[in-house]
Amino acid sequence: MSELRNSTQKLSYLQAIVEAQREEMRRDERVILIGEDIAVYGAQTLFDEFDENRLWNTPISEGSFTGVGVGAALTGLRPIVDLTIASFAYLASDQIINQAAKLRFMTGGQLRVPLVVRLSTFYNNRTAAQHADRPYPLFMNTPGLKVIAPATASDMKGLLKSAIRDDDPVIVFEDINLWGKKEEVPVDPDFLIPIGKAHVKRAGSDVTIVGFAGSLPPSLAAAELLSKEGVDVEVIDLRTIVPMDKETILASVAKTGRLVIADNSHRIGSIASEIAAVVSEDGFESLRKPIQRVTTPSVHIPYNPTVEKQLYPTKDSIAAAVRRIL
Amino acid sequence: MPLDRVQQLELFTRMVRIRKFEEAIIAHNPVGHLSIGQEGAIVGACMALREEDYVTGTHRSHGHPIGKGADILPLMAEIFGKQTGICKGLGGSMHLTDTSKGLICESAIVGGGFPLATGAGLSIKVRKTDQVSLCFFGDGATNQGTFHESINMAAIWKLPVIYFCENNGYAVTTSVEKSHGQPDIARRADGYGIPGIIVDGQDAEAVYEVTQTAVNRARAGEGPTLIEAKTYRFDEHSNRLAIPIRYRSDEEISHHRTNRDPIILYRDILDERGLLAEAQAVEVAVTQLMEEAVQFAKDSREPDMQDLIDNMYSNPIHFPADAGFA
Repeated sequence: MSELRNSTQKLSYLQAIVEAQREEMRRDERVILIGEDIAVYGAQTLFDEFDENRLWNTPISEGSFTGVGVGAALTGLRPIVDLTIASFAYLASDQIINQAAKLRFMTGGQLRVPLVVRLSTFYNNRTAAQHADRPYPLFMNTPGLKVIAPATASDMKGLLKSAIRDDDPVIVFEDINLWGKKEEVPVDPDFLIPIGKAHVKRAGSDVTIVGFAGSLPPSLAAAELLSKEGVDVEVIDLRTIVPMDKETILASVAKTGRLVIADNSHRIGSIASEIAAVVSEDGFESLRKPIQRVTTPSVHIPYNPTVEKQLYPTKDSIAAAVRRIL
Repeated sequence: MPLDRVQQLELFTRMVRIRKFEEAIIAHNPVGHLSIGQEGAIVGACMALREEDYVTGTHRSHGHPIGKGADILPLMAEIFGKQTGICKGLGGSMHLTDTSKGLICESAIVGGGFPLATGAGLSIKVRKTDQVSLCFFGDGATNQGTFHESINMAAIWKLPVIYFCENNGYAVTTSVEKSHGQPDIARRADGYGIPGIIVDGQDAEAVYEVTQTAVNRARAGEGPTLIEAKTYRFDEHSNRLAIPIRYRSDEEISHHRTNRDPIILYRDILDERGLLAEAQAVEVAVTQLMEEAVQFAKDSREPDMQDLIDNMYSNPIHFPADAGFA
């Protein structure tokens, strides 16, 4: 058993999503998966193992099948609703925001909503404005939800498993630009990463970069680039958006005195905006220079890939933001 | 299976409780969406259910928990917004939910309950119990997309759900005739290949009988039924809402109050069956109960900020530190 606990297997980010679901479905018969064409998005091997009572392939009815998940969660199951493409969350937003997020509160704690909603962010993939949203801030601004956005296969597996075991509704953002990235992931079926804890991916003393999901790899690349210029960068992977790990960010800024936030959200009201506000309120005396946000401009996502790829934070745009405040 | 004498008096008791509960609201003027006139439809349906069966309700929410047999004191305290309320004063008039009686949601978003009731039906099927899920909704809600999406899913999966329309003729001020391509909601059942039944909602025993047929069908695994109870709302949409336009005539209201009151109609039936003295005793007892409930509500404390925090998440440890309660 200890051998199992210490061993790892190489998994892609997408495989980690499937394995997390498989392990939790094996462990707990209350876990079911609901969504449209769910076999297409990595779950095909689950169909070999679980029957139709565990895998609910739905009609095209995002608003209502998400609510079916809420109703099932209220009555003893632990559903995972796969909305596949994050832009479809707007169709389901009434059930997520008005029902899942509020039912525990509105009933004075009589109800629990152990629901997981999976949303894939399909940006940088020529999917254009109605398929390429990264709507992290919408759900950050909804009390009652927890929101995770992992950047690595290990974090995805550990956080998704925590989400499935959580008694509250959890929104899981998956970044399709990371689907193929592989790493060694613990095999232990009880490997869990706590919701609400950021991770210092790289220690440094001159400047803090906070990234998450698809903005983490360019943040780390920017740190490598800057190290060649003699700049010692600390990179924090936020991992969980709600509840946000303020302590880890503030401790880092207390050390470095400089903060750059890389965020694929649209700039206005972004996750970066929230982190900037938190550090301005609670860590202002640590700051030696103004906070920099590297975000997606508040324009819609075009079909043209040449223009599209210029919109998101890159190694170079993040490094440039760091250089502005050295 | 016809109701026995004890059940007949229970049906009458629950109808009178709804009526006098709402008359107390009128007397004391907290916010309330009253269902006076619709008691026969609500209680007739609930009498066909077991305590462990699920119910989702509407913004006109007082009748559903009372119809399902909930205790009155916590309901009244909730209407007064007190901490002893069934939802700790956090839900109020449109969310009067008692989960101990199987109520899983009273949705103030019109049409919001369809997916939840359907999800409860799915949960019953997965867990292989013989419960049913009954979804109350108004005629106005049937023009929401969730109506179509949810009934379609329940039909294809043969879920044990009873979709029960309290058709009172008006979505606030808009009549069924002016908002529906054809005014008989039950006929829509054809579109999903399920039974659709119209019943006189002012005849509580008739409602009980058709609901029982639907419940038996659901418990036998034969799938959902759509029931349309033609009923009438005697009072305004909300007791504190001034309606600036006249959308129904005094004669129409007067006709229903005088000739179509489900409580008077059922009392006459009980009289014919030799139960008048028992019915009168019920009315006296319910009047006393409401006086006690109002006093309990008045004497109870208000919720405080800590109550808000405690009811946000299942584990308060996860309450976001940056939620603004610093």
